[in-house]
Amino acid sequence: MTTMTATRTAVSVTGLRKSYGDKVVLDDIDLTVAEGTIFALLGPNGAGKTTMVHILSTLIGADGGEMSVAGHDLAAEPDAVRAAIGLTGQFSAVDNLLTGQENLILMADLHHLGRAEGRRRAAGLLGRFGLADVAKKPAATYSGGMRRRLDLAMTLIGDPRLIFLDEPTTGLDPRARRDVWQIIRGLAADGVTIFLTTQYLDEADHLADRIAVLDHGRIVAEGTSGQLKSRIPGGHIQLQFAGPHDLEAAAEALGAASRDDEALTLQVPSDGSLKSLRALLDRLDYAAIEVGSLSIHTPDLDDVFFALTGHPSTEKEAQP
Amino acid sequence: MSTLSLAVTDSATMLRRSLRHMQRYPSMTLLILGMPVVFLLLFVYVFGGTLGAGLGGVTHSRAVYINYVTPGIILLTVAAAAQATAISVAMDMTEGIIARFRTMAIARSSVLTGHVLGSMIQSMLGVAVVIGIAVAIGFRPTASLAEWIAAAGVLAMISFALIWLSVALGLVSKSVETASNLPMFLLLLPFLGSGFVPTDSMPAGVRWFAEYQPFTPATETVRGLLLGTPIGHNAIIAVAWCAGIALLGYLWARRLYIRHPVR
Repeated sequence: MTTMTATRTAVSVTGLRKSYGDKVVLDDIDLTVAEGTIFALLGPNGAGKTTMVHILSTLIGADGGEMSVAGHDLAAEPDAVRAAIGLTGQFSAVDNLLTGQENLILMADLHHLGRAEGRRRAAGLLGRFGLADVAKKPAATYSGGMRRRLDLAMTLIGDPRLIFLDEPTTGLDPRARRDVWQIIRGLAADGVTIFLTTQYLDEADHLADRIAVLDHGRIVAEGTSGQLKSRIPGGHIQLQFAGPHDLEAAAEALGAASRDDEALTLQVPSDGSLKSLRALLDRLDYAAIEVGSLSIHTPDLDDVFFALTGHPSTEKEAQP
Repeated sequence: MSTLSLAVTDSATMLRRSLRHMQRYPSMTLLILGMPVVFLLLFVYVFGGTLGAGLGGVTHSRAVYINYVTPGIILLTVAAAAQATAISVAMDMTEGIIARFRTMAIARSSVLTGHVLGSMIQSMLGVAVVIGIAVAIGFRPTASLAEWIAAAGVLAMISFALIWLSVALGLVSKSVETASNLPMFLLLLPFLGSGFVPTDSMPAGVRWFAEYQPFTPATETVRGLLLGTPIGHNAIIAVAWCAGIALLGYLWARRLYIRHPVR
């Protein structure tokens, strides 16, 4: 086991490039992940997220660029990097013929933890991830959520300081998804650095300290969720009316607004501040217009994604 | 931990994994045993009378033939175990856990060594069962204890060579089906050698091939050790073939494993 060096940077990438034949998968990527933070790489399928994780976790080589992971140069000291990291890939990396407990002990043995310590950690992780009841059943019989939790437990048995999670909740039901989120937050609270990829905007929004948006192999934006949202307009107040008459009157009184005659709603651009809200209500009062309901919309990451890439985040490309 | 002791520890861990797989997935072991046993019964009870007569056994032709064919069947068992190795390796490579192994600070080749050692055990157990059945239906070896040990050593050596070759065949296959078909020639070679009938009964072209392919000296060495037939240069030729095949298989497999694309 290597001891952690006193760096403050867990992952540092400069000028990373990777292509398969003519197809450029990653194009001049620069990014930095601070130690002890959660970093999310957000992008649609085919953006290059998995390729990035595979390069940073030593699975495949890059065509160019300087990369340092957990304080070690990726090209020069791949084994030192491997000793410090854990990876939970997009496809479950559990041995289906072994039981949950055997899977964990296999990992413990490969980390050379010793028999007693390995068993102790395996039992601890099985309990912590709610797998104690199925510990003696083959992993092939596990549900998707159980399999993902076992996968995470196997990543954690070597006590890595940096974990790569490639789409950790893809294909999970909402409840299993919440479970995984909770585990990720718990790890971050223990000081583990987390590098996750996701195609879900709300996942990045909920979990990540910093988000980089990857599209067609390029980082198109990077920052906190708040910073990304503040970069684009799109905030508005939505008013809902009881009938077409009220809608007509409000549209006249408020001027610049987009109306939807079928839904009987009016969207008024707004920065979301209390002052602008009060001004709006005053004008409605003055014109004596009855409003059914009112809701305030701040831009979400979907708006950000659309503004940055010119296409919605839900666009799917065929995955090989 | 030194590189060597790391490799030994990790290979032992991977061997335990392979043995568990065999225990949980017994159909692979049955596949190894099934074919040679069927061929043994077929060649002894269906063709044995006539083939034995051709060997000069006038009165007890079937008994003569079972002694002749058993070494061939033993080699067939070793080839079947090698085919099973190619299938297991190809199946394993489709599993996400291989990618996990690659991101861990473990001896790189331990995944393959685990497969090889596990398959060696599987192969030798298969040979023992096949010999047991052969003895039960009339195989009468004349080997001394030392000759039995030598025969076991020769068979282990042949297994080792064919299994490394099969690991490479399993890695080079894009699918499990291909991995099952590629080593098929190994199952054919005992027939195109001295495994089932003497090579001098064959037409010139086939005979030339039979006399120079690796299974013939291997079969003759095993036959000589178990039944006291002359071995001559066959032992040394068999050792040379095995060393060559093992080295080639190992280097090819290692290269393929390091370059194997990740999912």
